[in-house]
Formats: sequence, C-alpha cells, structure tokens
Amino acid sequence: MTETNSGPVDVTVLLFAAHRELVGGARDTIVSLPERATVDTLLARLRARGGGWSQLPRRAAVAVNRRYAGGDTVLAEGDEVALIPPVAGG
Amino acid sequence: MSWSDVTKDPIDPGAVLARVGRPGDGAVAFFAGVVRDENEGRPVSGMEYEGYDEMARDELAGIVAEAAGRAGTQRIAAVHRLGRLAVGEVSVAIAVSAPHRAEAFAAARYIIEEIKKRLPVWKREHYLDREAEWLEGSLPVERGNRGA
Repeated sequence: MTETNSGPVDVTVLLFAAHRELVGGARDTIVSLPERATVDTLLARLRARGGGWSQLPRRAAVAVNRRYAGGDTVLAEGDEVALIPPVAGG
Repeated sequence: MSWSDVTKDPIDPGAVLARVGRPGDGAVAFFAGVVRDENEGRPVSGMEYEGYDEMARDELAGIVAEAAGRAGTQRIAAVHRLGRLAVGEVSVAIAVSAPHRAEAFAAARYIIEEIKKRLPVWKREHYLDREAEWLEGSLPVERGNRGA
C-alpha cells in the first residue's frame, strides 16, 4: 500500500460456483499484477489466460477483502479479490 | 443482541426462534426457506449451497444490522445453511420480535430480500432426471462502497 513500493503486487483471486468450474476447479489463484493495477485490469488479465478463463465475464461483481468493490478499485499486495457470480441464496 | 450465522450444520427453527423475544414484544415473525421437490416442472432431489463463507458471514451480519436499524428492534436472528441439502431441509431461517407485527414482518422481509440480492451464496440444483446445474442468480448491483 505504500507509494514507495515498486514492482508487482500479488493478490489472491477467489472463484466460486460456475466461475470456478469454468477454469477447472481451484478456488484460489495467486496473480501478479503491475503496481496500481485495478480490479478491471485483473479481470482483463484473467480473461487473457484463454480457455475457460476467457469466458469469465468482462465486468463482474467483485469483492476486495470481503466487501463489494468497483472496477476502478486499486489493488494492493495481499488483497483477496473474489469474483462474485450472480448470487442465489435463500 | 441480534445474531446471525452462515453454517454447514442443520438449522433448528426452534433454536433460532428462541434467540428473539422479550416481555415487551407482542409480535414474533419467523421465515424459513425450504428446499422444494420441483423447479419449473422438473423433479428435484436436493440442493447444494456453496458460499464465500467469510464474506457471507460479514454480509449477513450487515444485513441484519440494517434491518435492526430500520425496524427499531435488536431482537433478530438469521442463519443461512451451506452444503448439500435434501428436499424439505431448511436453507435459511429468520426470526424477528418487536412490540408490534408491522416492524417484525418488515424486518424479516427486508432480510430475506437482501439475502437474495447480495449474500455471496450460490446453489446447484440436483435433479432426478438429469445433471445438476447452477441456478441463475441476481448480480449484486451496488459495486461501489456499500457504506461503512
């Protein structure tokens, strides 16, 4: 989070339900991003991995550190970023 | 004083009800969501709930706190179940007590509607006659900061 920090930041990406199955099963993935990368940057990177990843939505509901967050949210080292498919509780 | 949880354990409606009520409350509203045996004409054998457990717990506590503020009662209990459930099992239970019925009903209604809009939980329906599938849900619309 410090401004002096340079180089990539590692975030943990969590996938659930239909998203998780699209990419073949693992709930957690570590992704390295450039400094000051946003949620939208991350989504674009994930989709660029090809295969099932490319079927992830271009814009999805996302939670950063367990709170819903906008696509322009800047990510920091160690953030937990969850892609939230349309919810169906109850 | 309000209580909420997201759990893999079976829900005991009586235990949820027992968490609310006081001598000044003349109304108790209780809602339970139950796995039913069909969906759009297809026979259902059960339901599998997956959740982002850690966030779902926080989000449900937030929903309950909002309901408490709106209804003016702290006597609220809400619990959502995760895991594989059979037909007839309780997936969600909400109990609210208040001096009068209007606040109790309103708070229970608010909680179940918000759960459906934003609790990070997904369900896969299992059928008797074909492969299981994830049910269509609703995209949480407020993507920005949802207040403190």
